[in-house]
Amino acid sequence: MNRRFRLWLVAVGSAGLAALLVAACLELPDFGGAWHPYGDRAVRASLDRHTANTVASVNFDQRAFDTLGEMTILFAAVLGCVVLLRQTRDEHRARPEPADVEPPVRRYALIVLPVALLTGLYVIAHGQLSPGGGFQGGVVAATALHLLYLGADYRALERIRPVGLYEVGDAAAACAYLVLGLAGVLAGTAFLANTLLPYGTFNTLSSGGTVPLLNAAIGMEVACAVVVLLARFLDQAVEIEEESRA
Amino acid sequence: MADPVVVVALLLVAGSATLAVAVRDPVRQALVLSVLGVVLAVLFTVLQAPDVGLSQLAVGSAVTPLLLLLTVRKVRRRGQRKGRER
Amino acid sequence: MSVLPYLVAAWVFLAGCYGLAASRNLIHAVGCLSVCQAATYVLLLAVGYRDDATAPVYSDIEPGSRPVVDPVVQALALTDVVVGATVTALLLALVVQISKRHGTVDPDELSELRG
Repeated sequence: MNRRFRLWLVAVGSAGLAALLVAACLELPDFGGAWHPYGDRAVRASLDRHTANTVASVNFDQRAFDTLGEMTILFAAVLGCVVLLRQTRDEHRARPEPADVEPPVRRYALIVLPVALLTGLYVIAHGQLSPGGGFQGGVVAATALHLLYLGADYRALERIRPVGLYEVGDAAAACAYLVLGLAGVLAGTAFLANTLLPYGTFNTLSSGGTVPLLNAAIGMEVACAVVVLLARFLDQAVEIEEESRA
Repeated sequence: MADPVVVVALLLVAGSATLAVAVRDPVRQALVLSVLGVVLAVLFTVLQAPDVGLSQLAVGSAVTPLLLLLTVRKVRRRGQRKGRER
Repeated sequence: MSVLPYLVAAWVFLAGCYGLAASRNLIHAVGCLSVCQAATYVLLLAVGYRDDATAPVYSDIEPGSRPVVDPVVQALALTDVVVGATVTALLLALVVQISKRHGTVDPDELSELRG
């Protein structure tokens, strides 16, 4: 199949798909309408269980099983990356030369690093109260660590980031989520049912039953996953070189 | 749909998405994608979804473009070594 | 006017699809796929929006005092943003492998290699 024929085929297919999509858009409920039956029920269920951030309640209570699925995809994707990007036998590691960093860059990166890390942890911890949670905070905390690469150099980053430990952390967080789900079964209710812990006082850190615990497990999982992913890609881009086949 | 801010954000999203597809060089595409990430985060905030906006800001403007750039670097470095050996 | 957000989502999705088909570089194709993903977020959040409503977070508003937008679609989009990024990483790892094994990342050259 040559390139011109393929583009023609794509053009015809896209035209058909576009017509169908536009027809579907015209039939959708109006943007900004007041009819949201699922949303209203989700909000009521969330307030019943004293979770101030209804999005966290949907993620870690009402649809916790769905989040288990998402977490499994995340775990499998990271596992796949680690396997695909490992060092093969015909490759060797070349230590990158320590590079000089402009003093303003270094100063800025080293000042922002602790602030960004703390912000990430705060966002994880307050997931059930304010916008945020394990998914967002985990990414923020993990990327914050990599400011060290900007501020100092690659060696310094490697010293504070033992990748093996983060891989273990990733697996441990995934297990913690499963164990919390199974605890519900052992307590005589259902898998991942939020009936284990008291719901607490509305709008405090310990409110929402198991929501904060599942949220923390996801936060750890995402943070470790992003650190491992970035480490593997940095290894490939900076360190690992192919043996020149002479 | 009285809110002009929503309309402006939507048009910005459409524009930057089109640009991200039209740019052929992967390095430039990574930069346009990070702009798209920021614009999407703005749109989500305007649509009263701060949770999604936050995660889009962290992922779309930092992690995805960074991974794309690292892949480009890896692939180009191989290409250069090949060129020298030939 | 009330269908503009849905049409924008459809446009972004189709643009991403075109980019995927016309791409001459697998890294560029992965970038186009993330544009397609963005379309689904726009569609989901547009479906859940409600005029004059606020974010579904009750840490600083009295429950029941104001209408809120739909939290269910937000939860769907939120998890997918992060999980989608790791899947993008997996695809990029595959691209790195392809460039190692075949020495090219142009899909047309790759299909010629296969014969």
